[in-house]
Amino acid sequence: MSEKAIELKNITKRFGTVVANDNISLSVNKGEILALLGENGSGKTTLMNMISGIYYPDEGSIFIDGKEVTIANPKDALNLGIGMVHQHFKLVDVLTATENIILGLPGKLDLKAAEAKIREICDKYGFVIDPKKKVYDMTVSEKQTVEIMKVLYRGASILILDEPTAVLTPQEAERLFLVMWRMRNDGKSVIIITHKMHEVKEVSDRVVVLRKGQYIGEMDTADCDVQKMTDMMVGHAVSLNITRKTPVDPKPRIEISHLTIRDEEGVVKIDDVSFTANSGEILGIAGVSGSGQKELLEAIAGLQKNVEGKVFYIEDNGDKTDLLKLSPLKISEKGIALSFVPEDRLGMGLVGSMNIAENMMIRSFRNGPYVEEQVEKNKAEALQVIKRSLNPFTDRKGPRKLAETVVEDLNVVTPSITTPVKNLSGGNVQKILVGREIASKPKVLLTAYAVRGLDINSSYQIYDLINKQKEAGSAVVYVGEDLDVLLELSDRILVLCGGKVSGLIDGPGADKNKVGLMMTSLEGGSDEN
Amino acid sequence: MKTKKSEPLFHIVKRKSMPIKYQMLVRLLAIVAALIVCAVVTVITTKMNPFAVFSAVFSGAFGSTRKVWITLQDTAILLIIALALTPAFKMKFWNIGGEGQVLIGGLGAAACMIVFGDKLPDPVLILIMLLSAVGLGALWGAIPAIFKAIWNTNETLSTLMMNYIAIQIVAFFTIFWEVPKGSGKIGIINQNTNAGWLFSVGNKYLLIIIIAILVTVGMYVYLKFTKHGYEISVVGESEMTARYAGIRSGLVIIRTMIISGGLCGLAGFLLVSGIHHTITTTVAGGQGFTAVMVSWLAQFNPFAMMGASLLIILLGHGASEISTSCGLNQSFGDIITGIILFFIIGCEFFIRYRVVFRKKGGKA
Repeated sequence: MSEKAIELKNITKRFGTVVANDNISLSVNKGEILALLGENGSGKTTLMNMISGIYYPDEGSIFIDGKEVTIANPKDALNLGIGMVHQHFKLVDVLTATENIILGLPGKLDLKAAEAKIREICDKYGFVIDPKKKVYDMTVSEKQTVEIMKVLYRGASILILDEPTAVLTPQEAERLFLVMWRMRNDGKSVIIITHKMHEVKEVSDRVVVLRKGQYIGEMDTADCDVQKMTDMMVGHAVSLNITRKTPVDPKPRIEISHLTIRDEEGVVKIDDVSFTANSGEILGIAGVSGSGQKELLEAIAGLQKNVEGKVFYIEDNGDKTDLLKLSPLKISEKGIALSFVPEDRLGMGLVGSMNIAENMMIRSFRNGPYVEEQVEKNKAEALQVIKRSLNPFTDRKGPRKLAETVVEDLNVVTPSITTPVKNLSGGNVQKILVGREIASKPKVLLTAYAVRGLDINSSYQIYDLINKQKEAGSAVVYVGEDLDVLLELSDRILVLCGGKVSGLIDGPGADKNKVGLMMTSLEGGSDEN
Repeated sequence: MKTKKSEPLFHIVKRKSMPIKYQMLVRLLAIVAALIVCAVVTVITTKMNPFAVFSAVFSGAFGSTRKVWITLQDTAILLIIALALTPAFKMKFWNIGGEGQVLIGGLGAAACMIVFGDKLPDPVLILIMLLSAVGLGALWGAIPAIFKAIWNTNETLSTLMMNYIAIQIVAFFTIFWEVPKGSGKIGIINQNTNAGWLFSVGNKYLLIIIIAILVTVGMYVYLKFTKHGYEISVVGESEMTARYAGIRSGLVIIRTMIISGGLCGLAGFLLVSGIHHTITTTVAGGQGFTAVMVSWLAQFNPFAMMGASLLIILLGHGASEISTSCGLNQSFGDIITGIILFFIIGCEFFIRYRVVFRKKGGKA
């Protein structure tokens, strides 16, 4: 049992002046599942990339089966039986599962033999996969199965899974864990990177914690609890409670009626959806990824073209404005403070090559020096109201001040406010985006996967910020993928399945399994509608 | 399966950032290294003293007061074209049509000179020439931009093709207005009256240089401090971000290409009215393409473009000097130019990355 499959000794990797991995030693036994824990930027992925041949360590050595080896490229890693399943899938959409799996392998192309071998592996580990299915027809979970299959087909005995459950439903995750246990029992070693503590508890045998590139410690999973792991990761005690205060005086703020959204090819993404989001309340939206959440939020924010139905913004006095088909600019020119934290941070919400200050004015740059006056007076209007001025120049001081405030208030780790955002870590990028969007004291706050890829500490900071907006009377629409958090945070939960509403339930007391079922089938039932 | 420890000979590591001082040092070393290689190549291929060749390059560009002025004037023209392309490039709109935009602008200026040469007072004529050159250049830039904005056509192809249309139109008009009949060229326009010839400030080179400096400063301010400049950066980075920010990408693309084409038209006007006083299909002389290199070499920084254009023009003039004074042909000059550019562009790699070699003994 305690035979070492892979051992790392004194591994160090530097990027410029940053030490990503500092003298790290760890080992994984045969027939063991090791969970690698750490905050964003703690060096987990860097370490795994060195094992899988993407980076080469500056110092230190790697042993496989007790022998020192050189892993100079991914091919070396594969030859040594190391396979990594990345967070972002690397599959060819137009090819079938089988074709993707054998892609790049030497030898004669024999699809039949390959399929037979795939079926054999499937039976052994309990996968369900149709070898002839094209990748573009697959769900996220199926694509992941193909990725894992690719690695197993090549005979890997050491598997690295980088945040495998981030995109799965609870049921799909359970199935993945079953597969992982079968691999373990077969004598393979599995390293899993995840931010979800309960999964670590459930699936792993041993936990290794990294912090700021350093090895902090390890323990048997049986001996640790979530609080202990988090404290080790963060370096100090963290409160892991999400307080859900009862909404104060909720009033309808956004009323959506019979909204249908089609994409550019005319495929229906949201099908006749109606609901209301109230002020001072968090409306959670649950659903398997790709159920139309992204399109729904974009339609409210004025970024979807092919839309039908009504999206009313309701003032405190009951006046209704239809926002549908209004551009984001038109919406803000009407004086409606609607903030949107999109899913794709650097592809939509921020401009990667610009610095923090320049990113602050992405909505307000038209205002010119007006912004500065308002920031000076600490007025939210600075970002909210679009006053087109004829002054051809942008204002530099206002955004700079706002950037300083955001960096300070949200503890953004950055060398300076003139650092391009793309050089910051995921958590800090997200804080800048959220910081800008809430700076305008929005009446409506739309967030899509606000904590995707963030470590537990940053995530809780973001939850806290969202909760504060709710308390300030904002109508918050929260699209999330971590069901546990969604259930803890939301006052009401709208469950989407394939673009349709499969239920609307109250947050307090909601049952996770029931929501999970509603996400995958329309017959899940609902409390109200 | 490799089990023996064998560290690769070297691997490449990205640098965090390098202080400007060291960056300049690396670039200087690159030029020195380039000169050494050039010297070796010179000795091997021509058996000439490399220093004689180098001094020929230098004297080609700076050998006399007149040569200095001509070098600066040519630098100014190349600089204006490079600056014209820059806003489009910052928007990731690959305007390869600078050549055609310059040419069509030049044609506009020449046409006004020919048609209104004896009918209008000089200041009015020059103003009309300027407007028609800038207008036609802007039109030439706007057409591919409109196609891109509405149908998302590939701008690299459409701007490139617009070059050939411009060349053919100029070819047509050189026959249409040929002087004398049958010569196939227009010759110097208004040679006797000098109508429409750009007036001179100080000497006949200075005005063009002043204009280039003004355009440089203007472009720097436009890109860095104005709302338009901000919009260009956002559109260049991501169409989705632009939509999110309420920027209408199509309009920005068309507006920016009007500016880009218009400035190319200005360069065409200066070439025709200020330098050549005629129009031929080769009046732009490939500078619309060379300017692409200048803009990139300067990493879209207008002030760095001053140095980059000077370097290119210096090498060009030097190359032709070598061919005459050293009795070598133009190709040798091109070889020298190529080696120097290779080193200058190549050294950017060492500014961004570090190469780590295997430590002695093969043990890390």
